[in-house]
Amino acid sequence: MAAKKTTTSDAAQPATGRLKERDAKTTKKILELAEEMARRALSGQDPIIQIPTRAKSNTIWNKKRGILEMGSATAARPLFDLKTAKQFMQTMLHSNTINDLIAAGKTSSLRGVFYKAKHTVAGTRENTFDGQDESDPILEDLEVALGALREELHVFAENRGSMVGNITIVDRGDEINCRKMGSGGYALPSIVEPDIIQFKKCEAKFILHVEKGTVWNRFNEDRFWEKNNCILTHGAGQPPRGCRRLLQRMTQELKLPLICVLDCDPWGHYIYSVIKQGSISLAFESSRLAIPEAKFLGIRAKDFRACDLDDAVKIDLTENDIKRAGEIAAYPWFEHHKGWQREIDQLLKNGFKMEVESLITKDISYVTDTYVPERLKARDWID
Amino acid sequence: MTSAAKDVKRRGSNAEEMGARQRDISVSEFFAKNRHLLGFDNPRKALLTTVKEAVDNSLDACEEGGILPELAVVIEDLQPDRAATVKSSRYRVTIVDNGPGIVRKQVENIFGRLLYGSKFHRLKMSRGQQGIGISAAGMYGLITTGRPMTIVTRPKPNALAHRIELAMNTKTNRAEVITDVETEDFPPERLRGVTLGARALASEKGFLDAIEFPTGTSVSIELEGRYQRGRGSVDEFLELTAIANPHAKFVFVPPSRESATEEDDVPLVTQGAASAASSATTTTDTHGVIIFPRGVQELPRETQEIQPHPKGIELGILLQMLKDYEATEKGSLFSFLQERFCRVSAVTAAAMCKKVGVTTRTRAGDIDPPVAEKLFKEFETTKLAPPPTDCLAPIGVRQMLAGMLKGVRAEFYAASSRDAAVYRGRPFQIEAAIAFGGDLPCEESARVIRFANRVPLLFQQSACSSFKAIAETAWKNYGLQQPRGNVPTGPLVVMIHMASVWVPFTSESKEAIADYDEIRKEMKLALMECGRKLGTYLRKRLKMKRESDRRDVFERYIGEIAKALHQITGRNPKPIYDALLLQARAKTAVADVELDDEGRVRKQAPDPSEEQDDEGVIIVEGAIPNLGSGAVIPAAPVEFDVPASAPRRARAPKDATARKVSAPAVSSAPSVKKPNKRSVADTPSLF
Repeated sequence: MAAKKTTTSDAAQPATGRLKERDAKTTKKILELAEEMARRALSGQDPIIQIPTRAKSNTIWNKKRGILEMGSATAARPLFDLKTAKQFMQTMLHSNTINDLIAAGKTSSLRGVFYKAKHTVAGTRENTFDGQDESDPILEDLEVALGALREELHVFAENRGSMVGNITIVDRGDEINCRKMGSGGYALPSIVEPDIIQFKKCEAKFILHVEKGTVWNRFNEDRFWEKNNCILTHGAGQPPRGCRRLLQRMTQELKLPLICVLDCDPWGHYIYSVIKQGSISLAFESSRLAIPEAKFLGIRAKDFRACDLDDAVKIDLTENDIKRAGEIAAYPWFEHHKGWQREIDQLLKNGFKMEVESLITKDISYVTDTYVPERLKARDWID
Repeated sequence: MTSAAKDVKRRGSNAEEMGARQRDISVSEFFAKNRHLLGFDNPRKALLTTVKEAVDNSLDACEEGGILPELAVVIEDLQPDRAATVKSSRYRVTIVDNGPGIVRKQVENIFGRLLYGSKFHRLKMSRGQQGIGISAAGMYGLITTGRPMTIVTRPKPNALAHRIELAMNTKTNRAEVITDVETEDFPPERLRGVTLGARALASEKGFLDAIEFPTGTSVSIELEGRYQRGRGSVDEFLELTAIANPHAKFVFVPPSRESATEEDDVPLVTQGAASAASSATTTTDTHGVIIFPRGVQELPRETQEIQPHPKGIELGILLQMLKDYEATEKGSLFSFLQERFCRVSAVTAAAMCKKVGVTTRTRAGDIDPPVAEKLFKEFETTKLAPPPTDCLAPIGVRQMLAGMLKGVRAEFYAASSRDAAVYRGRPFQIEAAIAFGGDLPCEESARVIRFANRVPLLFQQSACSSFKAIAETAWKNYGLQQPRGNVPTGPLVVMIHMASVWVPFTSESKEAIADYDEIRKEMKLALMECGRKLGTYLRKRLKMKRESDRRDVFERYIGEIAKALHQITGRNPKPIYDALLLQARAKTAVADVELDDEGRVRKQAPDPSEEQDDEGVIIVEGAIPNLGSGAVIPAAPVEFDVPASAPRRARAPKDATARKVSAPAVSSAPSVKKPNKRSVADTPSLF
């Protein structure tokens, strides 16, 4: 364990010059943080880490760019405060863990990082981390405190979401033909930065993003992407960072429009909002994740009538749904958007929500054969 | 019944015939048929009652003789080879005391007659009251086994002892002497070898030595009984008696085997803990012989006999007293009032005489019933000082604490002693003590231990005034849980003692105190006083826990932080650790001061594990269970991984990491003391 800090050079994995440079930068940031805490301790000052606040109060709506950004507020995390003492210790432990990871040139999952830093506090029966739910937020804190991205910290999340379509990509040097992914699709990794994934060949004209795997399966089975020349993705609900980052890169680098097919409920609206403007907790990454041009194709509140759906598809709005809808309507980026105000109004007037799967009551392939193609043709969406 | 046989025509009998059948019922005959009234309802209780009556008598005798009591209770199983399923057996119960002994001519009266004694006729605080106890036990033994009781008594230190065997004639209420010899054998030699434990004790520490028993009495009764531990057992009785009589020493040699039945053992002192304890002041169990040592060296205050208080008698008794006075003194009513009652001065007596229309010279014998009734009414209306209280010998706060401390393993003890009060013209005094925490079970209802004139009351708990008083006290105010209308729940033992010249029992077997409002009120006040002390303690304990948690949180983490910083920066962790520790100390020093300001600062007690103050509270610090958030701190110092060149030693300052584990004085399961080592000297305590 001793003398770890200078071993960056003998990283086990071959890394490009750019990667090395990036790692050196991150290592330096971690060292600076640790040095400051040591200095403070030795000079009798309170050891305090300043951590940019990841809360709604510290997010700013950048109207011009159409994304959420993080404000400048920070929260002090002193060691000598009962509320933050443990978090302080955990932050230092994770700094060390990350430092080790970078030094060894390896990456680790969130869970792996949790295990690496988890042990009993010397001389007690208390664990440094009681669970992964304590560990993950500390990593996000470190991201913002160090101003380093998660991949720069050599940490990744589980693969989540899938992709198929008329595109060929290169992932860590392996060519992936997304036209030949069978029924499972290409699993979206957590780190999709240009040094990992490059786009090789793309004929697709747009991206269709659906909410979850079941719907995605329908579209894939019906070869929707082939018939409509597009890329088909899903993010297993609220899309994780890897999925959002890849979507953003494709929209920006390949100039593909992004069309979303999500449920007609506040949760679906929220997913759209996150894809489009970014989320509060990851506001510091919005410029890498948000896709302001994303469009919401459906399911629309009007569709119950427009598609002449059966009463059976209705799911009553819960009180929580109604509250949530009100909150979403009040988001600054929806507040003055007439289309969205109308959409949410209609949803509340209906008093029920509808899932994408509800269209199956018309016909098993109604959504792929009729609904989406018709709407696309009519350019009937909200943006 | 010869008359009934010759007169079969008429149904029933005439007055003459009935008269022929009507005759005296001997008291002993009555009790022989109604033995449950005296506590001989079943074999197990009979064994207990026998021990109890003998122990009560012995303690009374010792105290009256000014001798610090030392008692040996030996129970021998006379049918040790009985089948395992036989529930009861024949036992020989022997109680030996070091009291003043009994003069030869009184032996038959004391042990052979019911309702004979020194205690019934006077208003004096003593354990026994009616004089039926020991003779009833002897009678029970005679009825169930046919064996007489054996008394060996030596009233003069160097003279021979008397050995007498007595059988009671239930018809005549007189004892029949079977054997009467003089002997050198006191204390009886045989008892030193009855069991393995007794033999071991006799050879190691001495047991029933003649030096310790220059005078004294030994009573042996054979009876049909059942020996089984648990609630209402001989063991419990002795345990509780030892608590209420810390000035007495008891040695208990139980029979070699228990009666066959499932064991229901709920002793205050767990066996394991008892044998682990080596302290001389706590109950110990060696080779099955249980020794309850002496806790204090002073005898209880000698009690004065008092005259009845005018407000405490009834008309019939007044008439009888007048008759007695005429028979013995032939004096005036004026002097009768002053001599035969307490709190009646010459002025009051004269005023009373005037009120009932007689002169101060009128003879007491000339008072006819109507005047006596007038006088009786006068008693009720006249303002009189309450009866004197020097007739009472309370256990005392210090003694109660000593008794509880040696008998109950807890962490907190409080006691309170009320001033004397009066019910029905009889003075009484209530004392209460509580023990909390430590090894006591947390989930059960509080255990109530009740005493009347230092005698434990083992049965009919819920019928007792004290039980009602405990249930009516709002324990929730003191931080305990309490189901509605019941005793509180938690690791708590509640002790209540009533001292009085006449304890109002609900029955002859003396198991529950009658529920007089005056008595219950005093009990509640005493309990409330103890409860307040407990409440204060619990609040302080909670606060202290919070403070020490706070200190611990910081100190727990800085080792980890120093290590992490070392690994990232390569700096030496020790200076960082030291610097952080210094800061942590500075931060929590503030907390220490706050605690001092609020709580009374702890006096530097000579013995750090036990504290006692004059306000009736003892806190055994070692017995306080670990209160932390599961972070038990073993003596494991923080070790830093430092290059091998540095000598491997505990580099953190010792006082920070080597937490002191102070094993409690008596507990077998050492609990960890929360504050770190320096706290022995300067952690503020609670009182």
